[in-house]
Order: sequence, then structure tokens, then C-alpha cells
Amino acid sequence: MYLGEASGLPLGAATRDAFGVALKELGASNDRLVTVDGDVGNSTRTEPFALAYPDRAFNVGIAESNMVSVAGGLAACGKIPVVASFACFLLDNAFDQIRMSVAFPQLNVKLVGSHAGISIGEDGPSQMGIEDVALACSLPGVTVVVPSDAACTTAATKACLELDGPTYLRVGRGKVAIVYPDGCPFELGKAITVREGSDATIIANGLMVPGAIDAAKMLEADGISCRVIDLHTIKPIDRDAIAAAAKETGAIVVAEEHLHHGGLGSAVAQVVAETAPVPMGFVNVGDQYAESGDPQGLLDKYGLTAAAVADAVRQAHGRK
Amino acid sequence: MPELSLDDLKSKATEIRELIIRITTEAGSGHPTSSLSATEVVTALYFGGFMNYDPKKPDDPNRDRFILSKGHACPVLYSAMAEAGYYTTDEIMTLRKLGSPWEGHPNMRRLPGIEASTGSLGQGLSIGIGHALAGKMDGKSYRTYVMMGDGEMGEGQVWEAIATAEKYALNNLTAIIDQNGYQQTGATKDVLDLSKFQPKIEAFGWHVQTINGNDMGEVVAALKTARDVTDKPTCLVSQTKKGYPVVPLLEAEGDPNYHGKPFSPELAKKALEMIG
Repeated sequence: MYLGEASGLPLGAATRDAFGVALKELGASNDRLVTVDGDVGNSTRTEPFALAYPDRAFNVGIAESNMVSVAGGLAACGKIPVVASFACFLLDNAFDQIRMSVAFPQLNVKLVGSHAGISIGEDGPSQMGIEDVALACSLPGVTVVVPSDAACTTAATKACLELDGPTYLRVGRGKVAIVYPDGCPFELGKAITVREGSDATIIANGLMVPGAIDAAKMLEADGISCRVIDLHTIKPIDRDAIAAAAKETGAIVVAEEHLHHGGLGSAVAQVVAETAPVPMGFVNVGDQYAESGDPQGLLDKYGLTAAAVADAVRQAHGRK
Repeated sequence: MPELSLDDLKSKATEIRELIIRITTEAGSGHPTSSLSATEVVTALYFGGFMNYDPKKPDDPNRDRFILSKGHACPVLYSAMAEAGYYTTDEIMTLRKLGSPWEGHPNMRRLPGIEASTGSLGQGLSIGIGHALAGKMDGKSYRTYVMMGDGEMGEGQVWEAIATAEKYALNNLTAIIDQNGYQQTGATKDVLDLSKFQPKIEAFGWHVQTINGNDMGEVVAALKTARDVTDKPTCLVSQTKKGYPVVPLLEAEGDPNYHGKPFSPELAKKALEMIG
């Protein structure tokens, strides 16, 4: 059972597909947009852009360090380079280039990490970007966005490209549930409350947003009214939404497809600690690498399930 | 775009060397010897008619670009740019001091005319490729020069960039390797010997010249030749001496490399006398 299915959310497009469609569409009206690819464009979905605008697409080969710094140079000349690779190869492999050629000079480079999380499945842990959010969030001045579904990704892609400054957009490989059937009310840095509730709050991003919706539904049987917040933008973070959730519901659980350290959980906990300390719980991949396997099996085995989120809410709620 | 005679270029190089020594000794830290080796090339670029620039319009989209990938040699860049009129020679005396934009490595956010923030070796040539590709996309005729160190050539990213420049036939890109023979802990040939740069880079499809990079006449001639190459990226293997021309003083100090060390006031005095 996919995340969101228990709530009746239909399965939609993968977020990488939504990104690719949006990129190509935005490329038609903005000739400053260029792509710099490390020969994975058919995976990251920059390929449709490259086929439509071959003069604005540069495939520099399997050379991520060079790829990122070339983008820095293009941005310094007024281009808007979109650099997409697997999240792990982009953030982990080329981190110093992102630091020195993008973040430190605050150049207008759009980083896109695909195949994020353990739900990529069979290719295994070497291909799983699960440190990427921590790495991206560590960089001053870089906006970090993890959209939950296709509509959210479409809006996030547009918002990132319109922002003047470095951004990191994280997208996934597989199909995910549709959270926003009528379009996403997306605004960079502004959390979306997808379900109201008064006893606890689940703050999630990516495919854990539908997982959180499932969990909130499960918790109805426990008599726990659970708010669900899609915190798509981790940097800059929506402090007001987090503080309000802490004050109004008194318990917070953070769910994400990322390692325990340095991701959404860490970011939310800092804000909670500074504004309105309340009991918290964390659902994530933990402090470990995963393994090969089918995506659903991996999510189940590593505890990225609605049941795990619901359990974490019960525990945090019980500590109020 | 100043275009000085050979004699005037040599005089300008001397002025720039004097500044390098003064500002690093005043700072009490920095990399004077890495800067001194590169002085002829940087002087020729800014004053030999090779770079079109206007200190009053540092963001002119048509300007030629110089990226100092070996960012630790920024005293030569700051000194040349002060001589060129981007800043005053008094201002750069604040090198490395708290609050000064003349930081220990170039920071493009704080100083006009600095094309890239460098200091983490190996990235400048890739950044230069970005400038060169943008120039081609926009139909502009500017040239991008990137200077690297010979020790820096150990960075794998440099070779990724060399291959990429060939792919896009970037005839508007010139790489300069300041081959001064030393890196942080010793002679480059002893650390990681990549020294036969010409055949290596020619094998990547570049036009390569090996020159005495402390001979202004050779530097000017090679830069002219590079400018006239129309079908491929160009490279100057600029063989220099680290600390040129005060190497005998450094040898007398027992450290011909003298990496990342400022001259003491006494040594600076001797060096200035030797240069002048």
C-alpha cells in the first residue's frame, strides 16, 4: 500500500517528472534558462528541455565537480543554470564546488537533486540521496525545497527559477500520491496546512506528506486530532507556522525520507526549542544506510510508514 | 585597455612586485612567492593590450575576464588591479585585515572586478568555461583567461574542465599554468609529478605553448599567438620561478619555496632593493 492510499489519495506523477515538464515549459519563455548535465538528463528529466533547446543544454559528462563550477560561471554571466543530477552525486560529490562556486559567491544556480531518498529502490544505497538536505541546509543563503507531489513540484520549480539566488530542489524517482488535486498553493518559505487538528501536529515533506495524512486519519480512532503541515521549504523555514503548531497542538512529529541528522527534523526542532518547546518525535531513515529492494518494501522495513508516524504521534502526545 | 611597450611592461611588473611585497609584509601573512612568479603574465594581461576592461564598469558584459584560480596568489591580482585603477594602492595595504574586502583569497562579492571567488583549488577553469560558454551563447567576443598553479593541476576537476573545453571548442578560453615548480610542502615534481603539461594537454586537443613565464617578451608573444588561435582552447605553460626575481634571498634564508610566508621587514627591504 503506497503512502496516501489509506486516505484515498490517487497515485500521481513522480516529482522528477513534474520538474522536467515544468522546466521545459518555463524554458520557452525564458531564454536565460540553461541546463548543465552530468550525463543523467534522462533520469533527472532535464532531457525534454535539452531536446527542445539544444543550444541551451550542456552535457559535460560524468564530472559533477566541473558541472557545478561551469554553472557558477554561467550564472556570473547572467544565465540561470539548472544543474540536475542524482541528489547524492550532486550534493555529496560536488559539495565543495557548490560551496565555493555557488553558495559563497551567492550565484543564481538552481540545483536539482533527483532520486532522493530510499524509495529509489533496487539500485541500492550508493544511489540514494539521504544526506542531501543536511548538506544543502548547511550552506548559507541557499534555499532548500522538498516538494511533496507533482503539483507542488511544478509550483516549486517555477518559484525556484524565479528567485534570484541559489536554490536546491529535491525530487524523487517513483510515483507519489496526489496531495494537491486542485493545484498547490505554493509560496517559498510558507508552510501549507493540509489538515487541521488540535492535539498534535505532523510536519512532513516529500512523500511523507501523504504518509502523514494517512497517520492523521489512523489517529482519529485514538481520539487524537492531528494537524498535518507540508513544510516544503526547509530554508528559509516558516518559523511562525511551526511555533503556532507547537503552541496550539502541544506535540510535534517530523517525518521525512532522510537521515536523522541535519534534515527537516533538525530544522524544526531548532525552531521549536527557540519558540515553544513541546514533546517531539522523529520519523526518518535513522542513522544508517539502507539496502537494495523494492521501494515499498524499503519504506516498510526502514519505518517510513503511516503506522510509524502514528506511533510517534501517540508517544509525543502522551508526553504532553 | 592599456597597451604598454615591452620596456614599460617590465617597469609595470616591477611596480606590481613592489606592491606584492609591501602588502604581504604589512599583512604579516600571505603568499608573496606564489604571486611573484605570476607577475609577468598578470602584468601583460592587464597592461599589454590583451584585456578589454574599464575599472569604472567592472560588470560590462563585453569585458574580457581574468580568473585567478590559484587564489592564494591574489596579492598579484590586487596589485595589478590597483595599478589599473580599480582601487588605490593605499586601499590594498589593508590586505587580510578585519573588515577589508582585500581578503586572503579573492571574494567576488566584496570586490568589483573579481570574476570568481577562489581559494579552493581546481575550480577556476570550470568557472571560466561557464564564462566562455555564455560568451558564445550571447555572440560576444570577449576572452576568458584562467590562471592555475602547477600544484593545482593535481585536482581532478581541472582535467574534467580541460576535456569539456575541447568538447565545446572554446577558442575564447585561455588557460595559464603558472609552473613555478613548488607547492605547499615541496617541489611539485616530488609531490605529484604532472610536469609535462604540454603533451598531456595537447592530447586533449588544446593549443599549448611552453614559455619562460618570467620573460616579458615571451609572455607577450605567447599571449598574442593564443589570441590568434581560432579553432580550439589555448594554454600557456608558463614556466616560472617561485619568488622571482628574489630567489637568491630565499635560498639564503634556507627555503627557496617560501610558501605562504610573508617577508619579514628586513627581508622585504632586501627584496625591494633587489627588484628596484
